[in-house]
Amino acid sequence: MSKPSDLVQGTLDMLILKIVALEAQNGWAISQRLKQISSDVLGVSDGSLYPALHKLERRGWITAQWKSSGNNRRAKFYSLTRLGRRQLETETANWNRISSAISGIVKLKEA
Amino acid sequence: MPDFKKMVRDRLRDCGLSPMRECEIVDEISQHLRDRYEAQLSNGANEDAAEREIIAELEGRDLAGDLRKIEERWIEPVELGTGEGSDVWSGLWQDLRYATRTLRLNPGFTTACVLSLALGIGANTAIFQLIDAVRMRVLPVAHPEELAVIRPTDFHVTGRHHGRYGYVTNQMWKQIRAQQQGFSGVFAFGNEDFNLATRGQVRYAQGLWVSGEFFDVLGIQPILGRVFHRPDDRAGCGTPGTVISYEFWQNEFGGQASAIGKTLELEGHPFAVLGVTPANFHGVDVGHSFDVAVLICSEPTIAGESSLYVLPHGWWLVAMGRLKPRWTLDKASAQLDAISPGLMQETLPPVYQAEARKQYLQKKLAAYPGSTGVSNLRQQYESPLWLLLAITGLVLLIACANLANLLLARASAREKEIAVRIALGAARGRIVRQLLTESLLLALLGAALGMVLARLLSSFLVRYLSGEGDVRHIFVGLATDWRVLGFTAGLAVLTCVLVGLAPAIKSTGMAPALVMSLAGRGLTTTRERFSLRRALVVAQIAMSLVLVVSALLFGESLRKILTLDAGFQRDGVLVMDIDYTRLNLPYDQRGPFRERIVERVRSLPGVRSAAETNVVPLGGSYWNDEVVVDGEVKKGWVDMGLITPGYFQTIGTPLLAGRNFNERDTASSPKVAIVNREFAKKIMGTENPVGRTFKINVYRGQPQYEYEIVGLMANAKYDDLRKEFDPIAFYPQLQDDRPDTNGEIIVRSSGLLEPIVGELRQAMADVNPEIAIDFHSLAAQISDGLLKERLLAILSGFFGLLAAILATVGLYGVMAYMVAKRTNEIGIRMALGAAPIQMLELVLSEAGKLCGVGVAIGVVVTLVVGRWAASLIFGLKPYNPAVLATACLGLAVVAVLASMIPARRAARLEPMVALREN
Repeated sequence: MSKPSDLVQGTLDMLILKIVALEAQNGWAISQRLKQISSDVLGVSDGSLYPALHKLERRGWITAQWKSSGNNRRAKFYSLTRLGRRQLETETANWNRISSAISGIVKLKEA
Repeated sequence: MPDFKKMVRDRLRDCGLSPMRECEIVDEISQHLRDRYEAQLSNGANEDAAEREIIAELEGRDLAGDLRKIEERWIEPVELGTGEGSDVWSGLWQDLRYATRTLRLNPGFTTACVLSLALGIGANTAIFQLIDAVRMRVLPVAHPEELAVIRPTDFHVTGRHHGRYGYVTNQMWKQIRAQQQGFSGVFAFGNEDFNLATRGQVRYAQGLWVSGEFFDVLGIQPILGRVFHRPDDRAGCGTPGTVISYEFWQNEFGGQASAIGKTLELEGHPFAVLGVTPANFHGVDVGHSFDVAVLICSEPTIAGESSLYVLPHGWWLVAMGRLKPRWTLDKASAQLDAISPGLMQETLPPVYQAEARKQYLQKKLAAYPGSTGVSNLRQQYESPLWLLLAITGLVLLIACANLANLLLARASAREKEIAVRIALGAARGRIVRQLLTESLLLALLGAALGMVLARLLSSFLVRYLSGEGDVRHIFVGLATDWRVLGFTAGLAVLTCVLVGLAPAIKSTGMAPALVMSLAGRGLTTTRERFSLRRALVVAQIAMSLVLVVSALLFGESLRKILTLDAGFQRDGVLVMDIDYTRLNLPYDQRGPFRERIVERVRSLPGVRSAAETNVVPLGGSYWNDEVVVDGEVKKGWVDMGLITPGYFQTIGTPLLAGRNFNERDTASSPKVAIVNREFAKKIMGTENPVGRTFKINVYRGQPQYEYEIVGLMANAKYDDLRKEFDPIAFYPQLQDDRPDTNGEIIVRSSGLLEPIVGELRQAMADVNPEIAIDFHSLAAQISDGLLKERLLAILSGFFGLLAAILATVGLYGVMAYMVAKRTNEIGIRMALGAAPIQMLELVLSEAGKLCGVGVAIGVVVTLVVGRWAASLIFGLKPYNPAVLATACLGLAVVAVLASMIPARRAARLEPMVALREN
């Protein structure tokens, strides 16, 4: 299996916030969703997902709760806080600004 | 299946996470790995490949390193502060931050606590500041403890009095200076208001008469120019200049050095400015500052014919001295006592009759402590201020009780948190400290806000005490000093300990297991906890009853004074002070001149009636004498005054019998008098004395006239509204053979007083522009005289209301807490068939019990402490059943209203909801 390319620095936070914003999820489901939505382009290693989740939790952007998951096991479910929603909005706006600038440059035709 | 937990745990070993946190992370990640492993298998991978894949994933990043970076910032070991050898103060910063956070999270609670504390502390500091300023602060001079006041042991003297403190005569002062031995230096001073204006509306400067030694003995160095010295002060010195205060220098000369040598007109006499005193020196009369200091020897020039300088019975000076080293007050007093007989003999006023001579010769001089100066403010306001301090002290106690109640309620809300902490091994002392930190923080916030409130309140008080007139303006230095700060800080710490300790110890005193099991279902509560809160409420109600009673007493007392029949009609009367000294009229022209002025005033539109007199109620400068009837000297002093015929109509005192004075009562006609009822009864021994005669026990060598009583007037109060009626006799202005060059014109207006002032000003300028005039309304003058009563009524009313509010809030809090705690019980009772009205009764009877006990205790306390206030209350007994009943009833009504809200909540509970609630 080929190694997925690394995410642009800082975008993982935004992606997690976005996924959690739709519905409270546990870590496993979040990584699955990431793969599913991005058609496996953006693979996130388990080694980097959890530090990111914990960082967001500490910042108060997401909050966690132990609940029973689908397969009858207890899992930690993350959901977005009000603070996180605001953060997601700023990051999305940022992302749109940067990506449109970059794609503008990339689309330049060679002379 | 591989052991994922072990896999994760191995990788986190070096992170240094707390066991709980590590456990949580291991659980979470291992579960994720297991899900992943299972997903791989179901996709058809074999077990080894799946495991390799997972390990690669895990090691793709430095999991441990990343986590450590994140976790490190958040992990903060809690210092226990109790272990052996550990610092007692460790973790204090943490406690403080934690306390700040909790207070910020509960803004309502914090505001309530800080405000009630701030009000309590602020009021106490303000009153203490005033007490400190008038009572305790020593003079800002070198070695104030060496200063002493030298005066006769008794104040019973006859003669002319002038200024705030007529302790000695000029002759006495000179003999004291010559004969005393216990003092390294002595000085004398008196006070006087000097008119700075040369014509028309007067503008007063507060003046000091000082002897030449005044500044040198006090050790006051001028900051500019020079001060007086002993050689400057010699009889006949004329107008050698004046030394001015720093404040006057700033206000009048803008603080310019060129002020030295400039000339001030004092009562129309030119005085050159010689020097300026330091900013912190305000004289030795605490409560009054000075603008200009003038030598005693200038007095004859300024006062002219009414000079006291050579008058042996003119009491207008205070003598003070600085004790020699190793001399005590007792020793100095003994020496003064020894020289007294000779000194009195030498200074005996020759005009005294036998009785006055005997009294004078028996006088003894003594030395009294003078480190805090002299003050009439002190005599007037000391007991009201202490009383107010007691009142505000009670308010602070009530605020503390309220605070304790709030903290207790919060502590019970947090008991589960505390129980968990104890179960996890927190030491009791450590938790007590945490809770104490919280209340200390509250106390500090309260004290800081209290200081701000104190400044506002005390400057309001000083402004209030100064009244409306600018001359009587009271000066009290209110710069916050370390004592006031210490007092406030002490109060704050005391409050903190009082408030913080009880809930802190209570919260930690219960078994954790019990708390945790109880917290789930609040069926009942421990009796112990609840009874403390009830005791607090009972104490609050008791204390507020005391305050409400005192508020009612002072309010009622003020009302009595304001509505009593003083014998005159205070509203609609304008008083105009006139001084025509500068006109230099001879004696025989003064009477007719005044008649002319009164006529002129009476002719003005808007003036209904006018008269000239020296007996304006509560502000005149009348004199008193002994009366001789049928050759017998009657005991007691009788007030005497001069009036013109329009007096009775203007002031509103009715003439009961006989006739008024008229234009036929002149200097050449027989001497006549009008007396009041009290005079008739006490002096003449009859109801109607018209037609009878009396004489005055005059000084030796003065003519003794016989006066015929031509009229009888109703009683009125002239000196003090609080005193009983005194005998008084009036004489016609025109029969006075030595008229003064100043006096008062009273004017009754048919409309507003303000427009008349302008007309009067114009009228006086028309008569002669050099007449000095000043105006005030009689009502304002009377209300100025009742400052003490008004102050007590206003402040005790305010604090009484505050106390009642605090107690009500406290009662409400306890009742609401009780209902919340007993929700289950109430639910069961109602499920078993109790009617809502019975639940209402349950709560109200509980509130009624608390209120009843509180009121009962309050009544007892009121009766015990009531006698302290007796001297400050007019026309009421401190044990006034009506007042007591009103206060009890008022509190009871408020208490019922306060408990009505939780009671109705209890009555409206749905049994099923109440039972399900935990």
